Amino acid sequence: MNSVILIAGARLQAVLLLVFSGYMLLRGHNAPGGGFIGGLIAATGFVVYAIACGTQDARKALRFDPGSIAGAGLGIALLAGVMAALWGDALFTGQWLFIGATEDSKGIPLSTVLIFDIGVYLVVLGAILSIAFSLEEAV
Amino acid sequence: MSWYLTLPLVIPFVAAIIAYLLRSSPLGAWVSIIGSGLGLIASIALMAVVLDAGVVAGQMGNWPAPFGITLVADLLSAVMVLITAITGFAVAIYALGDITERQAKLGYHALFQILLAGVTGAFLTGDLFNLYVWFEVMLIASFGLLILNGGKEQIDGGVKYVALNLISTILFLTGIGLLYGMTGTLNFADLAVKVNEVENQGLLTVVAMMFMVAFGVKAAVFPLFFWLPAAYHTPSFSVSAVFAGLLTKVGVYALIRMFTMVFDHDIGFTHTVLLWVACLTMVVGVLGAAAQSDFRKILSFHIISQIGYMVLGLALMTPLALMGAVFYLVHHIIVKANLFLIAGIAKRLTGGTDVYKIGGLYKSAPFLAVLFLIPAFSLAGFPPLSGFWAKYIIVKATLDVEMWFVAFIALAVGLMTIYSMTKIWAEAFWKPHPDGIEPELKTLPHKTAQILPVAGLAVLTIIIGLNPEPFVLFAERTTEQLLDPTAYITTVLGEAS
Repeated sequence: MNSVILIAGARLQAVLLLVFSGYMLLRGHNAPGGGFIGGLIAATGFVVYAIACGTQDARKALRFDPGSIAGAGLGIALLAGVMAALWGDALFTGQWLFIGATEDSKGIPLSTVLIFDIGVYLVVLGAILSIAFSLEEAV
Repeated sequence: MSWYLTLPLVIPFVAAIIAYLLRSSPLGAWVSIIGSGLGLIASIALMAVVLDAGVVAGQMGNWPAPFGITLVADLLSAVMVLITAITGFAVAIYALGDITERQAKLGYHALFQILLAGVTGAFLTGDLFNLYVWFEVMLIASFGLLILNGGKEQIDGGVKYVALNLISTILFLTGIGLLYGMTGTLNFADLAVKVNEVENQGLLTVVAMMFMVAFGVKAAVFPLFFWLPAAYHTPSFSVSAVFAGLLTKVGVYALIRMFTMVFDHDIGFTHTVLLWVACLTMVVGVLGAAAQSDFRKILSFHIISQIGYMVLGLALMTPLALMGAVFYLVHHIIVKANLFLIAGIAKRLTGGTDVYKIGGLYKSAPFLAVLFLIPAFSLAGFPPLSGFWAKYIIVKATLDVEMWFVAFIALAVGLMTIYSMTKIWAEAFWKPHPDGIEPELKTLPHKTAQILPVAGLAVLTIIIGLNPEPFVLFAERTTEQLLDPTAYITTVLGEAS
């Protein structure tokens, strides 16, 4: 499709969607959101961009092959599970680090669960995009 | 600590990821081989631990059973994981000479490792819902492998395969839902205790039948086997070997697990159904094979008839019969995978899989002929190969409960098996090639990679055949655990308290 309005809008929208997907990913532990939703939203951003500017540009903007992104995501998710071994716990036991925790606040909580979520985010992003791009290119 | 339980699962996933990232380089195949090799070591370690402790269990994420995800290995699980790893390792080596560069680029090695992970997970999981999840992992990976780089024939086989397996999945999920509604749990150990407290035992039997149909489709028993001969002869030979060896056996494993531990409330009904199913499966499978002329189709129908023997062992539910079923499972995986691998070499040498259109293998490739005879005779139940002992135990068990007719069917099916094997022997090996080709092993590209796994599996068959005692003793201990799951239950639930 060759529409100036769509291209201009899509550029803006793709950026907004990507930022929003990061926000969804991070708030996911105790509120609606998380890696799966975040990945879907990020994929939407790239799909919008691909519809407006073509899949070639979208692939370039993504920089990596979607399949490899999904593979790396699976690796990160698995790593988050295996990391529990460092603390001598069973596979996929969540490990937490509270930065600057005081008696009444927990500070900034960091955990292996977040790493797992980032992995899921990448798996969803890569899988959806490899399907969407293939479909778009087959048309 | 439960790392020996998780490693057989984690290793194939890691191998899959690395193999996928390296899919465009020839290193991918080696990642798959090394991964399978490490997986084999991990499974041997698991086996050693289980032999020592009886049953081991681990709670993933430290959430206690029956709420969390439990991995359990009793002797049956451990031996199935080990045999999966052996088959996986053999096929990974064989793939060096069988998988084309294009298939590797599309992610064959990654899918293969994920399939192994799915099968291993199904054997190790301690609850029904995760069994479903592992079935799905297997289904997706196997669908990918079936249609990889395929033409019309592969897509046709793949779609039939997936459609029928999805029906089984729906039934399986419905059964899970109903069972959860009745008992409030899906953990095997917890279920084994709680099904006895269910008031409506009639409904429990209905749910049991749903599971029987669901697992029956996976195991390819009569009358639910149609997808198997429609799909197994289409993909590349490494794929069909690992399918033939492992996939249906996961269904049989699930049947054995559920119908010894959970659904033993109405043996008079459920196991009688199983008995008839087993007899019909044996007969239909072997008759179907007699009508075929394609190397792999003959073997596919024989998978079905052999599944009948295993289900027969479960249906009789006596210690000896169950022991036979366990022995049969192990023997069959090795033999069947090996026969499919040999079919692949035969095709490469002679240029076809229709046994009437090929030939001359005995004269020009005598070593391959010997390698074929070992698993083929073992399948037919010739002494002193592994299949003889497997059949002997099952037939002895039927005679012990004085089911003469069933024993007669089991023996007659064995005889018919010989007929099919002789057909392959006479046509593909003995008679000269109709086109005058003299297929020699020397011409085989990647000769070592293809012959080595075949020879290794054949040696395993001979070892089990000549020295069956430790294997029989092992099967006996496995059966004791199956018939008295107390140790299983206390190991899983005990850790929670």
